Amino acid sequence: MPGLRRTPLAGVHERLGARMVEFAGFSMPVQYTSIREEHAAVREAAGLFDVSHMGQLGLEGPGAIESVDRLLCRRVSDLRAGRVRYGLLCNERGGVVDDVTVYRLAEQALFLCVNAANVQKDRRWIAAHIPADVTLRDTSAETGLLALQGPASAEALARVTTHEVATLRRFAFDRIEVAACEVLVSRTGYTGADGFEIYCGAGDAERIFEALLAEGKPVGLRPAGLGARDTLRLEAALPLYGHELDDETSPLEAGLGRFVALEGRDFIGAQAIRRRRDEGHERALVGFELLERGIARADHRVACEGRNVGRVTSGGPSPTLGKSIGLAYVPTRLAAPGSSFDVMVRDRAIPARVVETPFVRGAAAGRGKG
Amino acid sequence: MTDFEIPDDLRYSEEDEWARLEGDRVTIGITDWAQQQLGDIVYVELPEVGAALEKGEPFGVIESVKAVSDLYAPVSGSVLEVNTDLADRPEAVNEDCYGDGWIAVVAVENEEEHATLLDPTAYQKYLEERDA
Repeated sequence: MPGLRRTPLAGVHERLGARMVEFAGFSMPVQYTSIREEHAAVREAAGLFDVSHMGQLGLEGPGAIESVDRLLCRRVSDLRAGRVRYGLLCNERGGVVDDVTVYRLAEQALFLCVNAANVQKDRRWIAAHIPADVTLRDTSAETGLLALQGPASAEALARVTTHEVATLRRFAFDRIEVAACEVLVSRTGYTGADGFEIYCGAGDAERIFEALLAEGKPVGLRPAGLGARDTLRLEAALPLYGHELDDETSPLEAGLGRFVALEGRDFIGAQAIRRRRDEGHERALVGFELLERGIARADHRVACEGRNVGRVTSGGPSPTLGKSIGLAYVPTRLAAPGSSFDVMVRDRAIPARVVETPFVRGAAAGRGKG
Repeated sequence: MTDFEIPDDLRYSEEDEWARLEGDRVTIGITDWAQQQLGDIVYVELPEVGAALEKGEPFGVIESVKAVSDLYAPVSGSVLEVNTDLADRPEAVNEDCYGDGWIAVVAVENEEEHATLLDPTAYQKYLEERDA
């Protein structure tokens, strides 16, 4: 697609006959064969995603850790080297600048994996809030990122490395050789399934992707696109920036309170998040399922007794459950599981019921971003 | 462009619907090319029996996992039957778009309208030109 950025795996996608779409300025594969098949592969075996569009921002120097402690809504100073933590960058209003994963590399070094659409915004935001002795480096363009997700992921990965990977703990990372290339591999993901994310040099991405495709085939691995990534993360009720999160939304409204450490510390946005909490939130993010046929989509209205009371942020079919599910901001009085409201789909009011999230509980439905 | 089927005995619209004329009834559906573009179909919003369709106007909605698309009437006429099986099995449109995945049957008002649809060769050419 003209005018769009290509990932280091563009040639592979073309060879595999992927359907490409624009996402965050990149030409990305939305599917190779079928979103359903790719979704099922991740739930039952393994799927391999190109997520090289995501950004990586490295911080290094004597004040690096303290700076990120001030920028992130949870502590990173107690994050050990070799560990990953999910967190949120917030603005002074208590809104979310981005949701990120933090990789602690060393005593004075870490990097953040950030959403593709937010790389420039995050870079500016971080640069404005770090002292001169901290270096900020954007390594996005030189980094390839593969997400290997699903219950057979460890088995697939073990076939292309001599390193022991099955024992890598959730939210831990290691530097190993995969397909004879140096990589950083973490036990993280964005699908609600067990899996790994593999950071490599852009020039090595194709070799690693091809090796995993070939060696993973016997365990049921197949390439998977952004379409399946979205249905998988929706089933796991993982937020997508720009949908569930934005510059005005407090992480507490988004139901991310367990990732916000407000007591005994200060960070940018903490005061506003506290104040908004104490004043009482008017809305909350909930998971719902439709009780009649239809598909809820982002920006559909939520109605209660004929009045417009909220908005769907993400919605679609759940291939695993065979139901129509979604996430929506609704008034807090409608937020408890079992509450009901209507979702307006093309002037038709479809009854919906609030349910517990995640919709699908995987073997390792932990939180992470890929 | 990937392979797609264009049966000889049907007529086609530029909105990628097919029409099969049998006496004064026209069965309509979406083409193989269209179902491949949409991907996994998960929901079809059908017109009511008795609804009046107008050629070129939207009469229903078809949704894949990712996309929502309007269905455009290839011919005008009132709806005689709709494929209610699609409520439980919308994937029939992917599996057999010219057979079990039919969408509706319309009572023909104007036979000339049917004749203005594209024949298989013209539809094939139309797709190639549009894709180019």
